[in-house]
Amino acid sequence: MLSLSADPWTADQTLQQHLETRGVSRRQFLRFARDIGVLLGVTQMGLPKLAKALSVVKRPSVVWLQLQECTGCVESVLRTNEPTIGNLLLDVVSLDYNHTLMAASGHAAEEALQHAMKENTGEYLLVVSGSIPTKDNGIYTMIGGRSAETVIKEAAKGAAAIVALGACAHFGGVQAARPNPTEAKGVREIIRDRPILTIAGCPPIGDVLTASIVHWLTFKRLPESDSEGRPLFAYGKRIHDQCPRRAHFDAGQYVEQFDDEGAKKAWCLYKVGCKGPATSSPCPIFLWNDQTSWPIGSGHPCLGCTEAHFWDTMTPFYHRLPEAVVAGFPIEHRVDRIGATLAGAAVAGVGLHAVVTAVQMSRRRADGSTYLLDAPPEDRANGTASGGDDDYPHTH
Amino acid sequence: MAVRKVVVDPITRIEGHLRMEVQAENGIIKDAWATAAQFRGLELVMKGRDPRDAWAFTQRICGVCTGTHAIVSCKAVEDALGIQIPPNAQLIRNLVEGIQQIHDHVVHFYHLHALDWVDVVSALKADPAEAARIAGTLSTWPTNSAGNFKDVQARIQKFVSSGQLGIFANGYWGHPAYKLPPEVNLIAVAHYLEALDWQREIVRLHAIFGGKNPHPNFLVGGMACAINIEGTATINAERLSTVKSLLDTAQAFVEKVYWPDLLAIASFYPETATYGGGTPNFLSYGDFPDTDPNDRSQYYFPSGVIYNKDLSHVEEFDQQYIREHVHSSWFKDTTNGDEGLHPWQGETEPQYDGPPEPWQELQGRDRYSWAKAPRYKGKAMEVGPLARSLIQYASGHKDTQEVVNEALGRLKAPATALFSTLGRTAARGVDARLIAERNQHWYRMLTQRIASGDTRVHDGSKWDPSTWPKRAEGVGLVEAPRGALGHWVQIEDGKITRYQCVVPTTWNASPRDAQGTRGAFEDSLVASGTHPLHDEKQPLELIRTIHSFDPCMACGVHVLDATGATVTEVKIQ
Repeated sequence: MLSLSADPWTADQTLQQHLETRGVSRRQFLRFARDIGVLLGVTQMGLPKLAKALSVVKRPSVVWLQLQECTGCVESVLRTNEPTIGNLLLDVVSLDYNHTLMAASGHAAEEALQHAMKENTGEYLLVVSGSIPTKDNGIYTMIGGRSAETVIKEAAKGAAAIVALGACAHFGGVQAARPNPTEAKGVREIIRDRPILTIAGCPPIGDVLTASIVHWLTFKRLPESDSEGRPLFAYGKRIHDQCPRRAHFDAGQYVEQFDDEGAKKAWCLYKVGCKGPATSSPCPIFLWNDQTSWPIGSGHPCLGCTEAHFWDTMTPFYHRLPEAVVAGFPIEHRVDRIGATLAGAAVAGVGLHAVVTAVQMSRRRADGSTYLLDAPPEDRANGTASGGDDDYPHTH
Repeated sequence: MAVRKVVVDPITRIEGHLRMEVQAENGIIKDAWATAAQFRGLELVMKGRDPRDAWAFTQRICGVCTGTHAIVSCKAVEDALGIQIPPNAQLIRNLVEGIQQIHDHVVHFYHLHALDWVDVVSALKADPAEAARIAGTLSTWPTNSAGNFKDVQARIQKFVSSGQLGIFANGYWGHPAYKLPPEVNLIAVAHYLEALDWQREIVRLHAIFGGKNPHPNFLVGGMACAINIEGTATINAERLSTVKSLLDTAQAFVEKVYWPDLLAIASFYPETATYGGGTPNFLSYGDFPDTDPNDRSQYYFPSGVIYNKDLSHVEEFDQQYIREHVHSSWFKDTTNGDEGLHPWQGETEPQYDGPPEPWQELQGRDRYSWAKAPRYKGKAMEVGPLARSLIQYASGHKDTQEVVNEALGRLKAPATALFSTLGRTAARGVDARLIAERNQHWYRMLTQRIASGDTRVHDGSKWDPSTWPKRAEGVGLVEAPRGALGHWVQIEDGKITRYQCVVPTTWNASPRDAQGTRGAFEDSLVASGTHPLHDEKQPLELIRTIHSFDPCMACGVHVLDATGATVTEVKIQ
């Protein structure tokens, strides 16, 4: 990792020049490029390009708006490791506006924002955490006497690109859960004429933001993303497909109740509500807090927080995920039979993968209501899901 | 000289959206209005949810004091359903909440509050060797060396020279209210950077027990992190030894960096101990039982109420006396003239009658905030570290008395100096020291219990909703980093029918009540009659006092109650 040093990255230096003043050799620089390339999924063929790109980038201006939110996303970025937040602030970017960290308040703060937008028109990266309440002319979040919607629309105009950071900026977040009292919306529902990267999660892992910024600096564009704007390098795979407890799923070894023998053996959490099979997330690969752990690694089922409207589609959190019905065979049946009737684990793995991949979360309906896939009829009838009642679907 | 109206919006380096308006005359603040400028409506979202999910929703009230809303939510639901969590689970929750308190206080001091006291630009003029000498008189700490200080200074110099000042742009550098010599500024800047790394490290404890931070996972009935000392992916010997190491790391920084810096900086600002006190009443719910949350005699922090700054008498606290008022808030008053409602009867219907955007001024309007006004026995209260320190001190809490007396002795200040901007900031350090030490006690208890064969972390006997009563209600109370936090829940047929939160910053940021009594933020700027505002374009003194509360506006804004239905029965604890 880049170490702290007395030499910040000045505007007239390339990254490589900057690193040389800090005693980093070209060989070490290439190694850094390779490491960051691995993080971003750059192939061996692309590495020279990455190294070259990092040699010419300058410190970019970052404007960070915090709208209707809890500050958890800022806190998560404060936990980043490579680069650390200290490096990020002093060496990598120029964070010109961020309520949590900036020295200035009131008029002086708003002046700093106007200055940054004017000086860097068309070039700054706009990071947005928080949702935009749209009910009653947006009076539910006011900053400097102006509504969140007014503030973001003004800031978006001159932005080169926008990062919608966290669940609130992604789809409105917890305050957009039904009945969405303030009609909170995500960034993509408000801003439609700028490239927007969605860094999903409640909060996201901070390193996804820093890696995306490096990507932006390096390749002059946002990373490749899925239909919701989530970067593939982080959200390209489902948790279930990367989970270290997957072998227990395939072997039919489940935690049946919290703190039972299965829990003490770190078995699969599917039956106590894990949403890993329906959730695309970097959690099991990046891990949290300097690679210390992650939710499933500490015994709690995944809540599915990187998926849009998970507060409605993934709840109740402790109910078993209703699985898609594929060719008439609900996965519930497979789960209950696995280990007992399937002889080949490899075959089971392949079969389950195909079935589970078919799980698709619904998008929000036009009338604003949301629902999850219907639970398998057998499941509802015999109540095999934990607490098995009629909580699904959430239609209103 | 005429009365001048001053608006400071946004107040930065806090959680959430706060607007302060004041009137000042001859450099003295005469009146003040605090406006909570965000409303999210989370409690309405709670209606109809599975009560076992409530912690996850309410946890998202705040990502700064992350975890505390989740724990208090679990407590409320466990209280309602009669669930007794295993002792190990309480100990683990203590460690998680304990490390959160320390994290919150240190991050507040260095990253949210320090720039009110520390002039970053002045640090460039410091002599690093002299800074190292001064630091050496404060404590032993490996990085307090001339070399490190020189390195930090050069780093800041190049940063400033680049012309891209980033988060330091437009700061109030050079303001006469900055009093530290360059060397002390340099020490503080070096520790600002060091604390950024430290805070990242110690919250790994949350990842061990809760999978991640921010927003670690909790579980109604205990914790989800199974203990199996011989296991490979459970709480095992490796995880526990990491926990111990993190507790030591946390405590070392508190004792050798934060506390010495706090006292050193405070010694240059004696005048801030003469103003900034306001609301004369203080409230703490008490918190941190060792193993049994229902046994108040186990609480490390005792509960209590102090009136009129009278430290000779601490009244017993009883949650039935809490009422929330909406006289000056943008909510419909459903009572007969703002009588106030207990949280179990609380109703919250937004009714905005403020001006359209852009706001020019709100002062002088009858209603001016999204925060309600909680009152205890009809009186405004200050909550938070200062309230805790005062109540514990006055209750004869020996550990508190020892640390508070050490601070007062070192600063040569009388106990009355606590009722001030500086006192509030210092009390946060008292909290951190007490909890850093107490964490070690909880860790010893946890490992001893595991050694004796008890590895239970969850009680699942009432997990299934079929075991629940048709109707239930419960309350959870904790002392969050910012003070008294309560959640009240009502459950019917397995679903939440009402959910209410009364949050520390709601107490402190409250607007005026029907009697015209100001909330604690407002009164802190007004009550002394001497609170300065040297330059209204650079309202440094105002920001300093407001920051001394560590505002958390997303917490403080009262969210909607789940139903307007009348509650016929109020449970008295």
